[in-house]
Amino acid sequence: MNAVRALLRKDLLLELRAKESVPAMALFSLTTFVIFHFALDRNTVAGSLASGVLWVTLLFAAILGINRLFVAEREQGGFDAFMLAPVDRTAMLIAKACALFIFLTIVELIAVPAFAFLLLEGSILPALPGLIAVLVLANIGIAVIGTLSSAIAVQTRARDLIAPLVALPLLVPLLIASARATQPLLLSGGALSVPTKWIAVLGLYDLVFALLSYAVFDFLLEE
Amino acid sequence: MYGKGMRPLAIGTFFVLTGAFALVFFWVPADADQGFIQKIFYLHVPMAIVALGGFIAGGVMAICHLRTGNSKWDLRSYVSIHMALVLAVGALITGSIWARAAWGHWWVWDEPTLVSFLIVFLLYATYQPLRFAIEDPEKQARYASVFAITAGAFVPLNFLAVRMAQSLAHPRVLGATGGSMPSEMRITFYVSLIGMALLFITLWKYEMASKHTTAQLRNLRRRLLGDDSVAPTGRSAAPSTVLPARPKP
Amino acid sequence: MSEPAIALTGLGRAYGERWALRDLTLELGVGQTLVVFGPNGAGKSTLLRVLATLARPQAGEARVLGKLVPKQGWAVRAKLGFLAHDPLLYRDLTARENLTYHARLYGVKAQRIDELLEAVEMTKRADEPVRTLSRGMVQRMAVCRTVLHSPELLLLDEPVANLDPAATALVSSLVGPTSGTTRVVTSHDPVGGLEQADIALGLRDGRPVLLAPASEVSAADIGALYS
Repeated sequence: MNAVRALLRKDLLLELRAKESVPAMALFSLTTFVIFHFALDRNTVAGSLASGVLWVTLLFAAILGINRLFVAEREQGGFDAFMLAPVDRTAMLIAKACALFIFLTIVELIAVPAFAFLLLEGSILPALPGLIAVLVLANIGIAVIGTLSSAIAVQTRARDLIAPLVALPLLVPLLIASARATQPLLLSGGALSVPTKWIAVLGLYDLVFALLSYAVFDFLLEE
Repeated sequence: MYGKGMRPLAIGTFFVLTGAFALVFFWVPADADQGFIQKIFYLHVPMAIVALGGFIAGGVMAICHLRTGNSKWDLRSYVSIHMALVLAVGALITGSIWARAAWGHWWVWDEPTLVSFLIVFLLYATYQPLRFAIEDPEKQARYASVFAITAGAFVPLNFLAVRMAQSLAHPRVLGATGGSMPSEMRITFYVSLIGMALLFITLWKYEMASKHTTAQLRNLRRRLLGDDSVAPTGRSAAPSTVLPARPKP
Repeated sequence: MSEPAIALTGLGRAYGERWALRDLTLELGVGQTLVVFGPNGAGKSTLLRVLATLARPQAGEARVLGKLVPKQGWAVRAKLGFLAHDPLLYRDLTARENLTYHARLYGVKAQRIDELLEAVEMTKRADEPVRTLSRGMVQRMAVCRTVLHSPELLLLDEPVANLDPAATALVSSLVGPTSGTTRVVTSHDPVGGLEQADIALGLRDGRPVLLAPASEVSAADIGALYS
């Protein structure tokens, strides 16, 4: 556990210094909302369209973070340094997933209000409790799958291409569940309750991929 | 080693597949609603099922690879996924033709099995580029196995999620193995499925024998002529050499 | 004689079809220094990576501090100090932050960082990002990282390559012959290398072509490796 904390502190400090992920992800989300406005030729969106716009934007913003997640480790010897230390290999998986989760949360703190302000028809306030639950569960899933895909892709020559190609299909079920769960929250007539079915699917998906990543991650770290 | 039993297997496959097509064209009655085009079902569904089986088998072989460290399992996993990809392309094309004939569109989004299949196909389409992008053969084998295991576990999960997402408003014309099928249809379907599975096994064995022999030949040349006299293999997505066995972790 | 610090038998490591290192058998006693000579690509770094539990041997076996690597790597990692060619420091973090990160991974007290920074005379520059430091300074920081957890066995890949004489003197108490630890050092300097060696190993194309007590080897023998 100490190792996870050491790694996570290092990752957050590195992001604070180098600012390679979060600002780019946040800016990307804002730009994408503007692009959606013109591409859809709509001033406001609601219901399934709103849910779709929000999740596509967040997913692609997440890809930016996923691409950068292990770059410092690979280019500056972080993998070797970590492998030399007398700590459990799984610490890297947990720390990286936590870091990605935190990055996503920060980005959403900017992107979701911006979305409500720029595109959403009606107020986001009644939808907020349900939306936060969906966002947290989705972030866990994106963080786990993103860490796994990024770790698979980082050793390849074309990692910026491989990471999204691996991550996106794996994230499709998560996107289905998140988008379906968010739809009734963003209806123009006011928010309905979150469908518990989709919350359960999200939770289950997170759990399965967490276990799967735990089982295979060690093999990605050996030379 | 992999060539053993090839001949009877190939002959058996030929007869079962021919028999299946004979049943499809001359025996089984045409579907009441869709007519003749429905017969593509006996090609499309077995292809899809065998492709998915091949993907999952690839994942199981990948588990064996990581557990034993023997690169032989990586080759098996690779060939399995490779063959399954070929069948998957076939399944997508026949599915599309069927959709066009039955519903008038080349692609229908409210057929959950078809949609899930496309997502699975898109994921596995990354398998070869991933392998190709890793140069060190040992690392390539290990990363490919991690991918194969992840993707193998993803297959059932994805089908579950996509099926749940469908409103089921669209009545399904034929359940894949639905109990409502007339018995002639069911028998024909099973024969086609067995034929397709045999075809997969035959192709798998054939490819294994070829890859294995090439690798053995290479090793032999290296041993007889010296390491430097054999040109190094170029970059390749396929496992091209027999790697020294890795001791168990 | 007690158990050797390093015992290799028929060690081999291949990358794909190419053997980077093969047929290496040697023993190194506790407190001794092994100096490895050889042109670039001869297998020196590969040997260090195997000893550091970072690379898996495909042939033979390697015992480090009595443990089989990398199988029992977890048992020796805390006792190894590996100074790689790469400094293994994050460029955007300061020297002190880098060392703090490693200290946490190894469970070392923060006080030790100050002592080491003092020892290599880097206290003044310790709070600047590593990317602003010169090569020699980065190397001094890497030495601090290597000895942070007071390892029993040092694996040093050209430890003084970027250092001026003054800096070399500074780090020698930590990783030099006077540090009192068992050491494996790679070097291109026949004279300086042989001076500190107990055993000299010469590699060429991954094969050991010279393995003898340093007293029986002349600088000319080492020079012949490179011709």
